[in-house]
Amino acid sequence: MTNDQRYFGQYGGQFIPELLMPAVNEVAEAFHHYRQDPDFQSELKDLLINYANRPSLLYHAKNMSKDLGGAQIYLKREDLNHTGAHKINNVLGQALIAKKMGKTRLIAETGAGQHGVATATAAALFDMECEIFMGKEDTDRQALNVYRMELLGAKVNAVTTGTQVLKDAVNATFQDWTQRIDDTFYVLGSAVGPYPFPEMVKYFQSVISEEARQQFLDQTGRLPDAVLACVGGGSNAIGSFANFVDDPEVQLIGVEAAGKGVDTDQTAATMARGSIGIFHGMKSEFLQSSDGQIDPVYSISAGLDYPGIGPEHAYLRDIDRAQYVPATDDEAVEAFEYIAKQEGIIAAIESSHALAYAMKLAPTMRPDQQIMVTLSGRGDKDVAAIARYKGVDLHE
Amino acid sequence: MKSLTQTLQDKGNFIGFTVVGDPDFDHTVEYVVDMAQAGADVVELGIAFSDPSADGPTILSADQRALDNGSTTAKVFETVAKIRQKTDVPLVFLTYTNIVFKHGYEKFLAQMQAFDVQGIILPDLPLEEQGEFLALAKQYERDLIQLVTSQSGDRLPAILKNASGFVYVVSSLGITGTRQKLSNEANQLIEQIRQYSNISVAVGFGISQVEQARQFPAANAIIVGSAIVDIIAQHPHDAGPYLTEFIIKMKEAQNA
Repeated sequence: MTNDQRYFGQYGGQFIPELLMPAVNEVAEAFHHYRQDPDFQSELKDLLINYANRPSLLYHAKNMSKDLGGAQIYLKREDLNHTGAHKINNVLGQALIAKKMGKTRLIAETGAGQHGVATATAAALFDMECEIFMGKEDTDRQALNVYRMELLGAKVNAVTTGTQVLKDAVNATFQDWTQRIDDTFYVLGSAVGPYPFPEMVKYFQSVISEEARQQFLDQTGRLPDAVLACVGGGSNAIGSFANFVDDPEVQLIGVEAAGKGVDTDQTAATMARGSIGIFHGMKSEFLQSSDGQIDPVYSISAGLDYPGIGPEHAYLRDIDRAQYVPATDDEAVEAFEYIAKQEGIIAAIESSHALAYAMKLAPTMRPDQQIMVTLSGRGDKDVAAIARYKGVDLHE
Repeated sequence: MKSLTQTLQDKGNFIGFTVVGDPDFDHTVEYVVDMAQAGADVVELGIAFSDPSADGPTILSADQRALDNGSTTAKVFETVAKIRQKTDVPLVFLTYTNIVFKHGYEKFLAQMQAFDVQGIILPDLPLEEQGEFLALAKQYERDLIQLVTSQSGDRLPAILKNASGFVYVVSSLGITGTRQKLSNEANQLIEQIRQYSNISVAVGFGISQVEQARQFPAANAIIVGSAIVDIIAQHPHDAGPYLTEFIIKMKEAQNA
């Protein structure tokens, strides 16, 4: 299947019900049409610049770099985007396609709530109806984002089936789509699902590395030695890697959520512990039993709490182009606190997983080397949960 | 053993669904025998999956009960072996692609052949992804049951080209589960199918009442899932008589 554009090596494909195939193929057709359409491109560019606040900064974290005593650390500040995360890059692209297809209703899954907030934002901007599906456990641990989505006019459905987290939210969103196809567009938030979603999400998130590549050349005269990003489904990571994939001197590193440790059953480290399977519309790596039942997963981060990974990541690992490493809850929380005190930046707990590995990697490198860490989102949403984790009793 | 095509040649056939291991494996054997004796022409056996994306809450809960009881692919084939000691009713599986993929497509199909399970329904294996599995299914003389929906449109000829056993017409949008009212859309779909093929057609999704059993006279069979799962959920240890009564009532309505 190597010549099949729906596949990355052996990974990818379209493993979804016949009921949805025409709708998904219609999305694929529209995506390929509009990515070539100059009017679409200029509209999207205008939105990214004037609404989403792009380009995002590439910031030299001098305090961290000095303190860690190795490579220079640069932060790609996706946290400074409108709505506070990289999710808006993809949502604006997909919502604009939906609008041009004549769809009037957006649906989306969300884990931490960032993708839900971004989708609700685009729906408000484009005057579209919006429904978000979020695991009941996540609506509890990210209550602020639920209210934010409702403020933006979206209806938020707490998903009470299965393990009540991101995986179940994806199931529920696909199910909603099968019930209402004609007017509805599923804005998938991660680089997962059936073709064309992994390809389309990468396309819209590639703006991260397109900017970063040029920013590195402008600011330092050369490319980074390593690019680090956290990986759940892997949208900010694939966007961070995309424009460096053809530069073999740039090491690409995805950091996944180990939860309480890769050797425990409280983990979401798909690459460390998973095996090949077919789920959520794609062939990829999943945490599952030998019999093919999808495992319940765990991470402190609702955004990385997912039993699979995007098919292109599985492929990049197989061809040795990218490597994937785990970071535990404890390491991520430590990084969350560290960057706040060192740089005055409150980073999302998801992004803090990437920072945690940067803290290990930087000291092993020379001061004339440089690392990019994608700060995929801001951490305001996580403050209450981290306080609880640390045993602090907060009252608002 | 008759093929699915032969079994479903005439009109008015009934296909009943149950999840293997709900409420437990011994009762599954008993209820399959009861359904066959009551007149079920084919029994569809669900192999539980943790995330059955095409199924509504009724079948999701049944899958969960079966998994809590320790359902595995090995356990399912063990149960099929016990069923085969008691009845030769034609059997088809319904499960999700990952279950078959993890077992190995070929090994799974070989076991289906060994235990005389004639066909399999994989709701998340659409036309575009069937190549490898379908070639092996032909080799082992098993039927990969094709699903057709109101959305299929110009995909229909290609779907029918891959079809054997019977074609599963999805009565309505959405997921499995009983519905108060069903549209007549499936009848138009059957007419469209007839333009290309004489293959037997079974209508499923949402059928639970006698009026609905009468609603698709052009179909060779109706498929009833959630309504049967509901009966078993209400009477986990003595569902036999209730299943018998229900199936007789539905078949009478179909053949009235």
